[in-house]
Amino acid sequence: MKTVFEKSVPGRTGCLPRRPVETADRMLPEALLRPEAPGLPELSELDVVRHFTELSGRNFGVDSNFYPLGSCTMKYNPKFTEEVAAMAGFAGLHPILAQLEGTREWVQGSLKVMHETEALLCEITGMSAYTLHPMAGAHGELTGALLIAAYHKKQGNKKTKVICPDSAHGTNPASAALAGYKVVNVESKDGVISPEALAEVLDDEVAALMMTCPNTLGLFEPHLEEIVKLLREKDALLYYDGANLNAILGKLRVGDVGFDVVHLNLHKTFGTPHGGGGPGSGPVGVSERLVDLLPISRVVKEDDGYHLRYDYPDSIGYIAPLYGNFGVVLKAYAYMLRLGREGLERVSEYAVLNANYLRKRLEGVLEIPFDRICMHEFVASAASQAKNGVHALDIAKALLDKGHHAPTVYFPLIVKECIMVEPTETESMETLDAFADDLIEILTRAESDPDSVTAAPVLLPVERLDETKAARGMVLTEDLAGKA
Amino acid sequence: MPYIPHTTDQVRRMLDVVGVDSMEALFENIPASMRPKSFDLPEGLSEDAVLNKLSAIADMNETGKASFLGAGFYDHFQPRAVRALVSRSEFYTAYTPYQAEASQGTLQAIFEFQTAICRLFEMDCANASAYDGGTAIFEACMMAIRKTKRSKIIIDEALSPIYRRMLDTMTSSLDIEAVIVPHANGTSDKAALAAAIDKDTAAVVVQNPNFFGVVEDFSDLAAVARENKALTIMSVYPVLASVLKTPGSMGADIVVGEGQSLGLPLSFGGPYLGLMTCTKALVRQLPGRIAGRTEDKQGRTGYVLTLQAREQHIRRAKATSNICSNQALCALMAHVQMCMLGPVGLRRQAVLSMELARYAQARLTAVHGVEMLNDAPYGNEFAITLPLPADKVVAALAQQGVAAGFPLGRYYKGLENALLVATTDKNTAEQIDRLAAGLKEAL
Repeated sequence: MKTVFEKSVPGRTGCLPRRPVETADRMLPEALLRPEAPGLPELSELDVVRHFTELSGRNFGVDSNFYPLGSCTMKYNPKFTEEVAAMAGFAGLHPILAQLEGTREWVQGSLKVMHETEALLCEITGMSAYTLHPMAGAHGELTGALLIAAYHKKQGNKKTKVICPDSAHGTNPASAALAGYKVVNVESKDGVISPEALAEVLDDEVAALMMTCPNTLGLFEPHLEEIVKLLREKDALLYYDGANLNAILGKLRVGDVGFDVVHLNLHKTFGTPHGGGGPGSGPVGVSERLVDLLPISRVVKEDDGYHLRYDYPDSIGYIAPLYGNFGVVLKAYAYMLRLGREGLERVSEYAVLNANYLRKRLEGVLEIPFDRICMHEFVASAASQAKNGVHALDIAKALLDKGHHAPTVYFPLIVKECIMVEPTETESMETLDAFADDLIEILTRAESDPDSVTAAPVLLPVERLDETKAARGMVLTEDLAGKA
Repeated sequence: MPYIPHTTDQVRRMLDVVGVDSMEALFENIPASMRPKSFDLPEGLSEDAVLNKLSAIADMNETGKASFLGAGFYDHFQPRAVRALVSRSEFYTAYTPYQAEASQGTLQAIFEFQTAICRLFEMDCANASAYDGGTAIFEACMMAIRKTKRSKIIIDEALSPIYRRMLDTMTSSLDIEAVIVPHANGTSDKAALAAAIDKDTAAVVVQNPNFFGVVEDFSDLAAVARENKALTIMSVYPVLASVLKTPGSMGADIVVGEGQSLGLPLSFGGPYLGLMTCTKALVRQLPGRIAGRTEDKQGRTGYVLTLQAREQHIRRAKATSNICSNQALCALMAHVQMCMLGPVGLRRQAVLSMELARYAQARLTAVHGVEMLNDAPYGNEFAITLPLPADKVVAALAQQGVAAGFPLGRYYKGLENALLVATTDKNTAEQIDRLAAGLKEAL
């Protein structure tokens, strides 16, 4: 398909704003101006509409396809929340109005949404306070790591290391490193953190353990209480990666069991669409002893309404220009109001039911390394298929031809030929059965006609793409084409 | 049960397949001692009830007022077709394009977005976006530190103070020396910036137009940086980039910006869009997602996420950045906006915004006691000085339904009487007249 630049016709115009009276060179010295207009596409409105409509047809999305991408929680995104975010009262609001005397009164609705969202997240996770500022999960991790550093600094502790299990999301070690920490690995035993292995790497220099529970194998960490105790003895903090919160709503509150810092991925658990890579939102919750360190500003409710406050001398400062991805927070707030207590608890129950059902249906056709009750996702391995030349990636691509988005493959790194499946609660039994049937058909074909699997996909706009050529050629814009 | 399709009969059959007798049995791994101490949330509401409640909350906000607030965030005209296209659920309900063949729509859109932003800034390479303009500056500084293996960053005080504060926090645990070069009455002190660059300098960070709205040419500064093997990082306002001398032609190595003004709603602070571009020599230091062009087995053109060996999921603690997601849907929105307006429309938007600023300047400085902070060239935003503290004047004008601007004393000591006034193509002459009349009354 041609790019929008290839479709451009010099002289054609789309939707123009009204014509100014002046020209730029009558307002600024010529030396400060660019001589030529930027080479943007010149198209009619219909050209643009057709182009992007055609592009959209070359995409899988939850509305069109089952999307069992492990660790990503691709559940259905309710439509009404889009209407909320587009309401003029929310979408049109300049953020700085909240910071000025006299105009602060104009933003009371948005401040109320933020204040109440924080209260809901506190109750859901058992934390003392939240900041909504982090703009994505990994940004929440960095914020959490900075909070951990600020806590130890305030205590006068000399701490240089953060422990990340080998099953951790890659962002965990990257975020800890960005906050200046040395990252220490702890190996999983039988898919979980063993207190013995942890004790071996745990010393006085450890600032925190970053943990996901249930972990990235979909398993609940059975030694959690002991792990908390071990860390407390070293005055190390416990960080909770909330990527898998969808599994434990109403079943476990991480604040109750001793976590000090938590980030949530609102776009996952609270069903706000991820837009092909973002925006997300990664609020961070803290236990009582870290509250004063939270980023500024913070929303407080006083007799005369909601205020932003900045006077927290121990605060780590600004981690966002304003108040985070408010539009995403708003959708998550609407989602929480819609579901309520029972609805949220049901989310986890049905997410876990669906994962276990699918796990059972695939038992016997794929190797399931940890074949026990899982949480909202589980890990399978295509190691035995790989011996015959059909790899996890081939199975993933073959699923695309069946109209299903592929599960996550090759993560976590600790399972060979890993296939990580997360169906989420919004998928029906019929969809799960269709997926299982299609996967079984692919695996059968992997025995009888492996070439047909390794050739997949063949029914999509393009067949398998050459990633090596992309990395070597580095054609990253239209203008670098042919120059590489 | 909202959004859960299971019938009672299906639940029983599924539990049978799993081999447990109740839903609760699925959670037996969580010991009783660890169960929630409370889960005291409100009852769920119907869709209508939630919409009514939120509509009432939205009404607590006042959005119909005349506003001259900018300070880095600008409300420009957006053709309605932009929202219609971005609202196609094949775009907005997709995830990060990990399976390229099933994500060609997103990937080609990112590739085109990268091209459009590079052409706007006259730079070689762009990523698929960062969270916002401030994060982009932080990531740019980290790129410079890695590339030069030096740790000093020279920062213009006329760089947005909001972003300078973000930078402070995000580098607080790292071994980085930040040198702030004071502004000269709202202009960038280019001589002092150049003088501050030395053999330990990784980068010099400037903004165009700067926080006071002043338009500068940083070519000479970039040349001094280059002589000292330091990099030039420039933060720019993308709408005005369509008319101003480009950062690429000034010799900048890394150019970033807040992309919100490219048709994204103000939305009370987010989601916004961090633009990040660099020269080809720096591309392996560029963080985040990057789309690249390639071919399939039949030689058909296609797109993939590329250069992933820099990224956290492969490099973990050694990655160029911890950034995982980007602002893909916001980038799509900016890209569609640029396509819809084209080069002519984008420049009209910029020039119209500047023209209204000049009208505002004439009306406001006609008020007794109001003067320009300086006589430097400016874009669509300018600073005036008042005989009273600017925050008092803003509060008084708010009573008349006008958001007069940004009081500079909020971030700059000594400028308590200075007010930053911004206009965009959405402002009208009538609004500016009301601002001038209100100001006259308030003083």
